[in-house]
Amino acid sequence: MANLLTKRVVYYLLTALIAITFILPLAWAVVNSIAPNSATSQSDGYGLGNYGALAVYGEGLTTYLSNSVILTFVAVAACLIAATMAGYAIARFTFAGKGLMFVLVLSILMVPYAALLIPLVVWMSELGLDNTLVGVGFVLALFQLPFGTFVMRNAFESIPSELEEAAKLDGCGTFATFMRVMVPSVKAPMVTVGLFVFLNAWNDFMVPLYLLGPQNAPLPLAMVNMRQQVMGVIDYGLTTAGVVVLAIPAVILFLALQKYYIKGLISGAVKG
Amino acid sequence: MAVMADTDERQVVPHRRSRWSRTDTLRGWAFLAPALALVVVFFIVPVGLVVYMSATDWTLFGGFTAMNFPQNFVDIASDPMFAKSLEFTLKYTVLTTVILMPLAFFLALLVQEARQWNKFLRTAILLPSALGIASSSLLFYALYSPQVGPLNPILDSLGLMDAQQTILGTADGALWATVVLVVWRFTGYFMLLTLIGVQAIPGDIYEAANLDGAGRLRKLRSITLPMLKPTIAMTMILSVTGSLLAFDQFFILTKGGPNNETLTTVLLIYKYAFETKKDLGMAAALSVVVLLALVIINVLQLRALGVGRSEEK
Repeated sequence: MANLLTKRVVYYLLTALIAITFILPLAWAVVNSIAPNSATSQSDGYGLGNYGALAVYGEGLTTYLSNSVILTFVAVAACLIAATMAGYAIARFTFAGKGLMFVLVLSILMVPYAALLIPLVVWMSELGLDNTLVGVGFVLALFQLPFGTFVMRNAFESIPSELEEAAKLDGCGTFATFMRVMVPSVKAPMVTVGLFVFLNAWNDFMVPLYLLGPQNAPLPLAMVNMRQQVMGVIDYGLTTAGVVVLAIPAVILFLALQKYYIKGLISGAVKG
Repeated sequence: MAVMADTDERQVVPHRRSRWSRTDTLRGWAFLAPALALVVVFFIVPVGLVVYMSATDWTLFGGFTAMNFPQNFVDIASDPMFAKSLEFTLKYTVLTTVILMPLAFFLALLVQEARQWNKFLRTAILLPSALGIASSSLLFYALYSPQVGPLNPILDSLGLMDAQQTILGTADGALWATVVLVVWRFTGYFMLLTLIGVQAIPGDIYEAANLDGAGRLRKLRSITLPMLKPTIAMTMILSVTGSLLAFDQFFILTKGGPNNETLTTVLLIYKYAFETKKDLGMAAALSVVVLLALVIINVLQLRALGVGRSEEK
């Protein structure tokens, strides 16, 4: 009995300690962002001074946030459209070149995107897409395309074809069948793909660093830029406030859609 | 990286006469069009272009100036910075993998039972996964700072650090600081992957082992570990390839410093292109080297995993 109790106590103490270790840095960021230690906040007490300073820094918080939102939206929309349609074609039609196309999409996984950014710096300006959020959104969509296509193909394959045949008998064309019957039945996998694209695009730093200037910087890039521009004195209050602003949508969505995150991991792990 | 390789064609409708019907081909390519456009414009062209650029003199501001085929590669091969970055990248990769994998494995076993408290724990450990590597790096940059960070004074008072130094100011400090950040950010992700593998092991194997009187350690050694081999192989691939491509964390925490002691190979690409050399040809050549190395590693690892050999469905 006593032995069992000791085991229990050790287990709870150990696991509580582990949980605290993982949450503590985030909690500290929140506390530090409202703490009166920053160069920019004039008051002595706790307050939102850092957030006020962040709002007016550089092009302004709203600019960076809307850059992040546009970039993420383009990436999620482009990837979902391309992956869902491609997944359907691969799952449902038989035609020459299909297997090759699937292999080509999956081969994107083999190539690290760090290696493609140098040519993209040149190529995007040839396309007139340099320094545009839409262009960079497409790049971010491409790197999630293998995962998206794979998940969507599996999703369509698991749907019985009687469903389509019934729609066809009712007079639906191919595209109408796809939009009205098939897409609604793969909503859950689409949420899985959308969540992964969202988290990746929202948090991406490297692609914007190469391809976007300061004015079009999404928030992660803007945070790093402003840290470098404040010469000498680094404003940590501003930095932690930015981290909190970045973390809020990601953490909320992550907590709300954890189920889909786990489904994504089961469908074939995603590039970390 | 996904474990996937089958392109089976199971949906062949029996009444169809030819293998490929005309309408299917048209429809198929119509549905593939958006993906194809993305792949051609943002993948195939850049891959071709990086190979071409690697064989040229291509400056950041001047553009293409001349062909100079093997020269960029010869320069890289004899470049001490490249050797140094390669050595550091490998060291970092080994270190993160060796720490991350056993830790994630231990945590997965700790939280595998489905009770309420464990669910909370999993979420807590997984929470950093929602953050990007860039925001995590910014967060830890503040944590490590001597001005507001709590860690600097602690290490100082414990005598683990020279009073004149900051955590990121020494080569070892910067390396370990980055490893701690990466472990914090990725442990949950690897724990969950391991957990998914653990839960796929049929419970009756353990029941049989219980009947045979096997102890906890014995079950771990004879059942869990062998059955988890594919999962362990996959997480190892993810950890190794991810660490070999490390960029954000070093760009933000150390910028490769102090004294280029934490310069990763991917960070070197950026430096060649935009800072030290402003030479896109050289950066492209280095990109090709990284690309080839990763493709080779991926192929070897996929083969080791048995993907593509036969599909067990």
